[in-house]
Amino acid sequence: MNTKVTNKIAIGIIYFISALVILILAALLISILGQGLPHVSWHFLISHSSSFESGGGISDQLFNSFYLLIVSMIISLPIALGSAIYLNEFADPKSEFIAVFRSAIEVLSSLPSVVVGLFGFLLFVLKFHMGFSVLSGAIALTFFNLPLLTRSIENSLAAIPNLQREAGLALGLSKWETTEKVIFPAAVPSIVTGVVLAAGRVFGEAAALLFTSGQSAPQLNWYNWNPLNSNSPLNLMRPAETLAVHIWKVNSEGTMPDAVEVSAGSSAVLIVMVFIFNLSARFFGNMLYKKMTSGTGK
Amino acid sequence: MARRNKKNSQDPIKESLLRKSISAKKDMFGRSLSLSALILIGVVVFSIFFFVLSRGLMAFTLDGINPFKFIFGTVWNPTTPDSNGNLQFGAFPMIVGSFLVTLLSALVATPFAIATALFMVELQSNWGKKIMHPVVELLVGIPSVVYGFIGLTVVVPLLRKTFGGSGFGILAGTIVLFVMILPTITSLTVDALRNVPNHYRELALAIGATRWQMIYKVILRAATPGILTAVVFGMARAFGEALAVQMVVGNAPIMPNGLLESASTLTSILTQGIGNTSDGSVQNDVLWTLATLLLIMSLFFNLIIRFIGKRTNITQGGH
Amino acid sequence: MKKNLIRIGIILIAVLALYYGSTHRGLTSNTVSSTHATTKNILIVGSTALQPLVEKASSMYEKENPNTSISVQGGGSGAGLTQVQAGSVQIGDSDIFASQEEGIKPSKIVDHKVAVVGIAPVVNKDINVSNLSMKQLRDIFTGKITNWKDVGGPDMAITVVNRSSGSGTRTVFEDSVLKGETAVKAQEQDSNGTVQKIISSTPGSISYLASGYISGKNLRAVKVDNVSLTTENIENNKWKIWGYEHMYTHGKAEGQTASFIKYFKSKKVQNGIVKELGYIPLAGMKVDKNSQGKVTSK
Repeated sequence: MNTKVTNKIAIGIIYFISALVILILAALLISILGQGLPHVSWHFLISHSSSFESGGGISDQLFNSFYLLIVSMIISLPIALGSAIYLNEFADPKSEFIAVFRSAIEVLSSLPSVVVGLFGFLLFVLKFHMGFSVLSGAIALTFFNLPLLTRSIENSLAAIPNLQREAGLALGLSKWETTEKVIFPAAVPSIVTGVVLAAGRVFGEAAALLFTSGQSAPQLNWYNWNPLNSNSPLNLMRPAETLAVHIWKVNSEGTMPDAVEVSAGSSAVLIVMVFIFNLSARFFGNMLYKKMTSGTGK
Repeated sequence: MARRNKKNSQDPIKESLLRKSISAKKDMFGRSLSLSALILIGVVVFSIFFFVLSRGLMAFTLDGINPFKFIFGTVWNPTTPDSNGNLQFGAFPMIVGSFLVTLLSALVATPFAIATALFMVELQSNWGKKIMHPVVELLVGIPSVVYGFIGLTVVVPLLRKTFGGSGFGILAGTIVLFVMILPTITSLTVDALRNVPNHYRELALAIGATRWQMIYKVILRAATPGILTAVVFGMARAFGEALAVQMVVGNAPIMPNGLLESASTLTSILTQGIGNTSDGSVQNDVLWTLATLLLIMSLFFNLIIRFIGKRTNITQGGH
Repeated sequence: MKKNLIRIGIILIAVLALYYGSTHRGLTSNTVSSTHATTKNILIVGSTALQPLVEKASSMYEKENPNTSISVQGGGSGAGLTQVQAGSVQIGDSDIFASQEEGIKPSKIVDHKVAVVGIAPVVNKDINVSNLSMKQLRDIFTGKITNWKDVGGPDMAITVVNRSSGSGTRTVFEDSVLKGETAVKAQEQDSNGTVQKIISSTPGSISYLASGYISGKNLRAVKVDNVSLTTENIENNKWKIWGYEHMYTHGKAEGQTASFIKYFKSKKVQNGIVKELGYIPLAGMKVDKNSQGKVTSK
């Protein structure tokens, strides 16, 4: 009898706390979206930000966020792919040498983002004279990306059954050829999912970017696509305040009368973006998986 | 494609010899390419540690600050000299502030996270998998500035109205961090619970345990290392969080003398100060020392996780 | 063995870092490159308070000189001075004299004063104190007076909100008000915007703001020694709490950099946006202040 009562009470408490958590999380989402979405309009998304007048938008910041993300993916994806392939396909799991690198990756993943940002500031902005620029910021983001990507790609590769490797080797393919032609294609769907999820995580990063890609967004000239021109959206050496940095900036130094609305709107846009990243990660993963499996079924 | 063409070509012996050498070369090439990528990551980690550490130690080696006084000193007065004409660099208030917000938020978040994870895995696994899991994953990905913004617009005014004062302080920081690390800890705890083999549950129920007995005596015990890892992971995130905390903690470099009084953390002083100091000055050097402390702490959290991981391996090996 | 390798690695890093850290002071100060030639791209980094003003001026300048492109970045006065000293940017914005910033060699860079900023103490609207003597103000910020009733206000504790140490506004305020005494340890905020928000919403709070930010119905500026913050009172130094905004160049300003600074000091900018944003034009000043805070009449 006693145990049954305890059981009921305990289960009840679990239900109660979970309900509370659901309530908190729902309130959080609703308050962000509720405060922000009313201020999000087409005009808000496509106009430049303003420093003094109300009615500024976030177009440059939004573009900068994506641009930084893409540049940092271009830098980090090959490196992450290479190291994940080596770790999963070539490395001797018992080697101490590899263990050192594995722990290096773990350490990298747990570094506080301010520290990474400061490192980028010291080395790229000051020492290499790259200034507050897209490139400095993208490299700082790369440091976040690398452990996330390496781990998820390694997991994707590890999920491919060993049978496939044996089959490749049995056909007389070299280890590299097996990896390149058999293992890697089979792992693509889950790699894509991992990449998009990592992109969502990196998209909202701010602390690492404050002192690397800078806190100012020069108005971009959308008709100038020459990467060497400083107003061009593609220029790598211009400062690029991202959406997340913009929220922080507007909250602290905001001189526009509608600062609260702008940061609420930006927060809502940021959340929606992260949501889209999560959804599309599932979607692309599933789609590619279906395509691949039906392809091999033939 | 190239391989297929060669397969169909005329001289099989020569071709096969040739092909082998190419693929061996390719193998070598691919192997060294992927190894160099791995080594690059190693170099990056090495250089982060090297540069941050070398800058962080300058305060001790070049500016002659006593490391002991730096860590345990309670007066932080980097710019205006006191009556004796000395600047004071005591980082203890920030260290205490950082630990307080981290420990308190983890303390509050852990029971919530465990209960939610149990709900998702043990009690309502269908519902949990389909709805809760994606929502929690989404919340893990919410940028920290957004949490800071909510803290500034919702939590701080609420605390001000309820308790008076300015609303900024350790409590506001704790609440923001609690909401921030809750999804992180929950999602990792869910993984830990899912890793408990199903026959544990079946066995427990088969010998007549109630659901709670099964959860308490079997599942939670088996998943303890995983849950601990989740908590430490959340703490690492809380400790290193900068902007969200800076927005709500008040940034007063004094020993926290109450949860509602303004206080400061390592990260909040760091982000505020770095733009106002110039490279090569004492003021700048001590900020780097704070960064070094953060770095060392993250290494420490890493070691704990490793230690827990190792113990799990042993117990699982014993089963 | 695994453990040893990692341990050796950590010790190695620590020893190397210790050696490097104790022999290489300042990573940037010894890498001076000459980028101040007749470039058409002007890079301006520094003071976040000055940033909106300079941004606006530079976009006006770019319209008149379409071949020049100016990129304006925040980052703080310290960052601006560091980078202009290293020669990696053309102009470093600063709220304080370079000689007040430690680690900067004023001989390497040239000062261009571009505007004057007045700073006033502000209180929450609930405080019916409209005048404070300089001594009372000093006593409040050094923690000797802790209740509003001691200065003729309601019986209410004083909540002091300070600016982060080293920031330009705080340096100017402390130089003119505290006269070498140490400020009470209190809440510190990074920026004018945040202080404005906190003072507006916190009963019994006091802080100080640059003149451009003194707005909003929930806070008000306080007279000091029965003088209120107006342009005339600053020009003849009746209002004591003011400072210069500086643009520093690496060596003598040349080419486009020189002509931009000249443009900034022109009547068009000084009487236009400088005034609009709450700064005081240089031309009207009847006094000079040097870096030690000594005031001389012109």
